Amino acid sequence: MATTEVERRRGQLAALSIAAVVIIVGVPLWWRTTETYRAWLPVSQIKELAKLQLHLSADVEVVFARGTVTPEQQKKVPLTQTQNMEHRVDEDTALSYRYETRYRTATIMEEDALNQPTAAEADLSLHTLSESPSGSLVVYVIPESSSLLPQNVDVYIGQRRTALLRIGSQMRVGKTLEQLLAHMEPRIKQVLHVMSFSHTDITAALSNRVRISPGNKESIADSMRAFKSSPGYEITFSLLNPDPKSHRLHWDIEGAVETYIQPLLTKLSPVANFSIDSQTLYYAMLGVNPRFDSSRSTYTLNADSLAHVINPVEARLGSNAASSNPVLNFLLYIPDAHHSPLYIHDHKKQQVPTNAFHSPRWGGIMIIRQCWVYNVNEFYEVDTVFPVDINIDMAKVMGVFLAQLRLLLGVQSSTPPPGFLVAPCGNAGLADWELDRLMWSRSVENIATATTTITSLAQLLDQIGNIVINDNIAQQVSSAVTSLQLAVSELEAGNLGFALQYSKEAILSSERAFFDPSLLHLLYFPDDQKFAIYIPLFLPMCVPILLSLLKIVSEARQKHREKKPKKD
Amino acid sequence: MAAHRCSFSAVLFALWGLSLLTVARGQEATLEGNDRTAVVDNPESVAGAAEQAAGQPAAEDRRWEATAVEEVSPTEAGGGSDSPAPKPAASPPSVPRPKDDFQEELVIRPLHSGDIYTSFQFRTLWETDFTRENKVSHYRLFPKSLGQVISKFSVRELHISFTQGYWRTMQWGQPYLPSPPGAELWVWFQDSLTDVDGTWKELTNVLSGIFCASLNFIDSTNTVQPSASFKPLGIGNVTDHRFLRYATLPREIVCTENLTPWKKLLPCGSKAGLAVLLKSEKLFHSSFHSQAVHIRPVCKDDQCKTTSWELRQTLNVVFDLHNSGQGKNEWSLFKMFSRTLTEACPVASSSKIYIDITDNSQGEQFELSPATPLLSQAVVLGDRRTFSVYDLTQQITFGTMRSLNLLIRGKSSQGDMLRPLLHAERYVAGYGLQTGEIHTLMYNNHPYRSFPVLLLDSVPWYLRLYIHTLTVTSKGKDNKPSYIHYQPSKDRVRPHLLEMLVQLPPNSVTEVTLQFERALLKWTEYTPDPNHGFYVGSSVISSLVPSIVAMDTNNSRERPLFSSFFPSKEESSYFVRVYTEPLLVNLPTPDFSMPYNVICLTCTVVAVGYGSLYNLLTRSFQIEEPSPGLAKRIANIIRKMRGVPPL
Repeated sequence: MATTEVERRRGQLAALSIAAVVIIVGVPLWWRTTETYRAWLPVSQIKELAKLQLHLSADVEVVFARGTVTPEQQKKVPLTQTQNMEHRVDEDTALSYRYETRYRTATIMEEDALNQPTAAEADLSLHTLSESPSGSLVVYVIPESSSLLPQNVDVYIGQRRTALLRIGSQMRVGKTLEQLLAHMEPRIKQVLHVMSFSHTDITAALSNRVRISPGNKESIADSMRAFKSSPGYEITFSLLNPDPKSHRLHWDIEGAVETYIQPLLTKLSPVANFSIDSQTLYYAMLGVNPRFDSSRSTYTLNADSLAHVINPVEARLGSNAASSNPVLNFLLYIPDAHHSPLYIHDHKKQQVPTNAFHSPRWGGIMIIRQCWVYNVNEFYEVDTVFPVDINIDMAKVMGVFLAQLRLLLGVQSSTPPPGFLVAPCGNAGLADWELDRLMWSRSVENIATATTTITSLAQLLDQIGNIVINDNIAQQVSSAVTSLQLAVSELEAGNLGFALQYSKEAILSSERAFFDPSLLHLLYFPDDQKFAIYIPLFLPMCVPILLSLLKIVSEARQKHREKKPKKD
Repeated sequence: MAAHRCSFSAVLFALWGLSLLTVARGQEATLEGNDRTAVVDNPESVAGAAEQAAGQPAAEDRRWEATAVEEVSPTEAGGGSDSPAPKPAASPPSVPRPKDDFQEELVIRPLHSGDIYTSFQFRTLWETDFTRENKVSHYRLFPKSLGQVISKFSVRELHISFTQGYWRTMQWGQPYLPSPPGAELWVWFQDSLTDVDGTWKELTNVLSGIFCASLNFIDSTNTVQPSASFKPLGIGNVTDHRFLRYATLPREIVCTENLTPWKKLLPCGSKAGLAVLLKSEKLFHSSFHSQAVHIRPVCKDDQCKTTSWELRQTLNVVFDLHNSGQGKNEWSLFKMFSRTLTEACPVASSSKIYIDITDNSQGEQFELSPATPLLSQAVVLGDRRTFSVYDLTQQITFGTMRSLNLLIRGKSSQGDMLRPLLHAERYVAGYGLQTGEIHTLMYNNHPYRSFPVLLLDSVPWYLRLYIHTLTVTSKGKDNKPSYIHYQPSKDRVRPHLLEMLVQLPPNSVTEVTLQFERALLKWTEYTPDPNHGFYVGSSVISSLVPSIVAMDTNNSRERPLFSSFFPSKEESSYFVRVYTEPLLVNLPTPDFSMPYNVICLTCTVVAVGYGSLYNLLTRSFQIEEPSPGLAKRIANIIRKMRGVPPL
């Protein structure tokens, strides 16, 4: 009896220790060896970014020229005012705008500058006096008697970051400074609306993140036209010659790019990198046959058929072999001898004067008119010897392409309110404040895109546990998060240039993390196959352990029950 | 007779097609007339453009918008400071001389086997400098995609070829441009490049996109840096082979999807010129098809102070006599390509067809129609050849039919072909799946001259070469190579590279043998069809071969006596590159359900062992009374039923 009892105890102990070894050594070992490598991600910071609170702040300086404020009023300046506006876009995104307005009187140098004969000259000399950082604005308040502005113009918006504001006649003397400021406020607001960020731009820039309720068609078309923000763009000019047998084309594209396009791109260089290419394509046809208009004996392309023009040409254009940036295509089409003159007609059957059209987020196409080539007279003489040499007037062509380029890059050209005079933009084709507006919306767009990318990546990695997260991905994610935080804080501080820089870095590293090929090496083991492999090992091992454990438990219980009646 | 009728009807058909063409041309002419009147009637004006555009209503479909030029157009806004904007009325500026040039050429050579060899060459020359600081970006004839590749990846020379089929040197003679079966890519990079391997990887990926080929499978395991076999073909004296990369993909299958991007690189596409003949349904219905792109810097002029870039696109096809049916030795452009020629490419400065008539000086081999008075002589591959030339830029070439359909009617197929002086073959010997032996045979058919050849072998790492077994024998004697460059492989990193300089004795066969062991691969490294075998790329044999012109020392009929005593330098030998067959080697291939079987088996074994151990450890054993016998048990059951106590 005693020996069997000892034997039984020994068996029980053996079963228990085997179970202990399996649980303490086996299970962790199995767990560790079948684990996928997942580097640490800053999940909590990503979650914070999912709730985006954007503060945009701009410095505005209002400078009173002599004769606009009385000496008593002058004593109270300089002073500072802050305006705050809050907008809630959706439950995760909130915007707040802050204008920090500083009031001061003009220095003597500025007074001299304001005494220039014309507004444009005043603008230029004010610019040479002090260069305001990007994102900030200076509004000069000039007396009514000033001859800088024409009669019916109250506000002049310069090529840089300055505006001239003429003060109304009823506000001469005897009012307090507060009243004067209150009187000026609506005008200044309008100036800000034109020259700095506007709510519509900023919400449009958030479209990657927030689903905007469909507004009117016009605004949707406007928001769809421009290219998405990208760290670089490839601009390709293509000359399409469908009939090289009869036309030998010459275009001075190098000179034209240097003269017309390069200044704009140099100005835009903080926003993105650009590279310019050009090519000549022979036998490149349009996709539609132009209709012959016998009344005018011209060939016409209707606006409805323009949608079919691009596809056959697109196959010839070729993608950029050297980078994966979006490509802006500008095509110049010379109609062949049997189909010219060729004109584009709009929906009202009117000739489109520029003879050009553009396709949103793709590029522009222009069909050349005969008067834009030099040797128009010998175009089709009776005894013309083919091929005819044709020189293209690049000034006309580039004017159209430049306008299209501005549109496609998202340089907004909103119509100014009445009483405003906007200075024509200079050689660069872009005023400083237009660049600022673009930078505001591009920074916000980059931040919105990068946060969406990072949060969706985090969500994806959270949902699918089989994805391996390598160290380099974790590093990209962390640097994207850091850059995003920096960009948001710089935006709040009003440092527009830095904000754009950081937002670009954020977008780059977030995209690099999101599109990393190593994420695709998904370790995918379907559950049924896993069990097919585990069962031959685990079932024979675990069943005896489980059974003996059950047996031990039931015996213990029985012994417990037997003991109780004995006590009673 | 039937065949004759057939050709007659073909001619009729062609005539009918031509008449259609002329009718169409007539219509075009009338349209032109309309145009002229249009120009006279409607002089256009640009004035008032902006106002009209601004008043344009919101169109229904906003995707296609007419562009409105606002007042921001820089010509007005620029303050006139730097806008040159000449008046349209001004006299046209002088047309600048184009800096690029395009030539196209087709060579047709009837082969002695009755097949026909056609070789297209398209050459684009461009005076530019891709290595300049500000990158070149204005392309006219040169394709933009290749230009971007050259400047982005600092390429100095690029040679890529795609070949379907194997060139049969013994039947067809030497090709104008040799290429191995599958894809071959070799690139010389600029010596300013630092990360050559990274650039090479990126370059192969980009090229694989451009040519729709699997060049992205080129990695370090099939890339070598030959030390002597591939020297730059363009100008430049950097021969440091650190900047050279060479890779072949013998498995690559070439088809239409590779031809289409290749055709797109031509300025005229396949719309005009010789390229209209390139119809894939005919080109790939042939026994050999090879297309290639060669880019290299060449001298611009005699002084060679500046360089131009040369892009040479070549396409070689051998049409099979028997494959194309009828068995009649009659070829025409229409029969080969199902197209005829009507014009040269308008941007080409020269566009010519050459037909090799060397063996046909009296018209005894074949008859050529239409006949051409133009003849040209050239020394090609060490042999002086005579060609009939058709110049497509001359209208007279097309005759009254306005279409050129060359007809070659073969008369007799006899006539002996000169055996090619150098050719090579290769095979795998041995049995079983453990070891094997690679045999390379090189034939020198020259009757009395020996010459050296460079042999290049690039063998994947999974064939482990035993370099000590390398033997080179010719005429039964050991032939010691004067130069050996061997780079051993590293598993899964780089292949073997073996380069040797071997002297081939006259009229001999030289055999190179090398034993190898077949490696076991990891189960993920096998191809989807591992039982098909694994390809080993062709050996490359490069050599300067003594030419046939220099060989006929007794035959000085054509040349004056004073010129023929010493062999002249340029004609005495010529460069030949011969590719052997690629090898197909079987590797030990497992049953691919093996891992699962192994897992199941080991698990079962472990479970059984574990189960008995567990039982031993946990069960308590006691002696049990032996159980009663069967008879006793039955008896007990019966007794129980009867109510009697059991035994």
